[in-house]
Amino acid sequence: MTKPLLEVRDLQVAYGGIKAVKGINLHIAPGELVTLIGSNGAGKTTTLKTLAGLLHPSGGQIQYDGRNLHNVAAHQRVAMGLALVPEGRGVFARLTVQENLQMGAYSRDDKNEIAADLARMYELFPRLAERREQLAGTLSGGEQQMVAMARALMSRPRLLMLDEPSMGLAPLMVQKIFETIRDIAALGMSILLVEQNARLALQVAVRGYVMESGAITLSGEAGELLGSDAVQHAYLGA
Amino acid sequence: MEILLQQIINGLVQGSVYALVALGYTMVYGILGLINFAHGEVVMIGAMLALSSLTTLLGMGIPPVLALLLSIVLAMLGCMALGYSIERIAYRPLRHAPRLAPLITAIGVSIVLQNLAMMIWGREYHSFPQLIASHPHTFGGAIINDIQAIIFILALAIMAGLMVVVHRTRLGRAMRAVAENQHAAQLMGVDINRVISITFMLGSALAAIAGLMVSANYGLAHYYMGFLLGLKAFTAAVLGGIGNLRGAMLGGLLLGLIESLGAGYIGDFTGGFLGSNYQDVFAFFVLIAVLVFRPSGLLGERLAERA
Repeated sequence: MTKPLLEVRDLQVAYGGIKAVKGINLHIAPGELVTLIGSNGAGKTTTLKTLAGLLHPSGGQIQYDGRNLHNVAAHQRVAMGLALVPEGRGVFARLTVQENLQMGAYSRDDKNEIAADLARMYELFPRLAERREQLAGTLSGGEQQMVAMARALMSRPRLLMLDEPSMGLAPLMVQKIFETIRDIAALGMSILLVEQNARLALQVAVRGYVMESGAITLSGEAGELLGSDAVQHAYLGA
Repeated sequence: MEILLQQIINGLVQGSVYALVALGYTMVYGILGLINFAHGEVVMIGAMLALSSLTTLLGMGIPPVLALLLSIVLAMLGCMALGYSIERIAYRPLRHAPRLAPLITAIGVSIVLQNLAMMIWGREYHSFPQLIASHPHTFGGAIINDIQAIIFILALAIMAGLMVVVHRTRLGRAMRAVAENQHAAQLMGVDINRVISITFMLGSALAAIAGLMVSANYGLAHYYMGFLLGLKAFTAAVLGGIGNLRGAMLGGLLLGLIESLGAGYIGDFTGGFLGSNYQDVFAFFVLIAVLVFRPSGLLGERLAERA
């Protein structure tokens, strides 16, 4: 087995006195697309925010690229190749599309490469190219999701974490976003995908974890999970 | 007619100084949602530092223009260090406290700085040395002297420069991003503490220049000058829409004009009952009127959401 890019051991996170994440273990290999599914309030978003450094764990360890992230601030993790597309997208509404993408490259200083990556993003998302001078707040939900993803990619991440990319989007747009996720994964980037839409997520992922009230209750190959009775019953409405 | 023109000139000159100070209030508010009531004292410290270094440098026989430039730089550096320290010591520990706590702290910082200045520079008025023979120029019957012209042009140039920084540079982009969404900015790799410190330092540098301008214009500086000036600049920021940079500039210039025209004509309106010594009243009429009729200010939109 290859050395994992990310390895989480016994991670615990608490808000005030309430434990939202109760000692989970997970790992992601380089180039792997892993999904974390579960119902609302299971602790998925909390897990991602903690991995990104926005929340501090109350226990456990996060190893990324062989390094303990305990004392690494959120903004430093970006330069190490960790990127999070947050729930609700978090685009800068009063910045233009182009400025949002430039913010994505904030931690980089290779000017020429940044310009090349910008061009690549506009190729990947032609809709954004048309709207590059528009304020991001004026875009539709789907377009804002594209901005959020393109912006995260501008940091040249090695591990891209996506929190509910399908939330609030029309079915056609959801399909498009998932196609893009597949394309990005094909480039060899590691992806941790958090989704409520379990079926879609398990269809694109290699492996999956099922999270329930702060703990991981099931894990395995995406195909197996998709076929398992427990998942079928709880999340796929079968 | 000459009087009207003269009042407009005086108003614009004074207003451009208000605008520089108002920018400091509005930048900090935009990024932290905090009204830094100590900002007026930073202006005062800037004036005092500039004056002290100017007097010292002139005493050492350094030519006036060079001494002036050096003292501007020294005052700016001093105020930047002061602004940085205020944020670091007084506001950062309260970043997640209820809104009232930093507000009260700001008033505390303001009192500390005033008393500190009184201990260092005393209670007396310090007069600003006559450096350049300030020639009066007349046009249309009104007079504008060199110092006024320099203040106005320099203030406009600095404001234009600030707009370029905020809208055209990587740092400015980061400032706007932090102002809008601190978490998302962190996810872009922005060290928000650093951006907040820089914002305080930028505002304080503007305050230092404004302090020097005020004392050059009136020929005086003293430890209490920051209080009223700060309140008026805050009024200007609210008038323009606090948190909005263009609003601060517009508000500053408008407030200067309102004050100047008000003071110029109050005697006529009241049949000589009230004189131009009531000048300060206008700023606060404006503050009350804005808060009652248009609390989001002229160019502001989002006050309700923030406050």
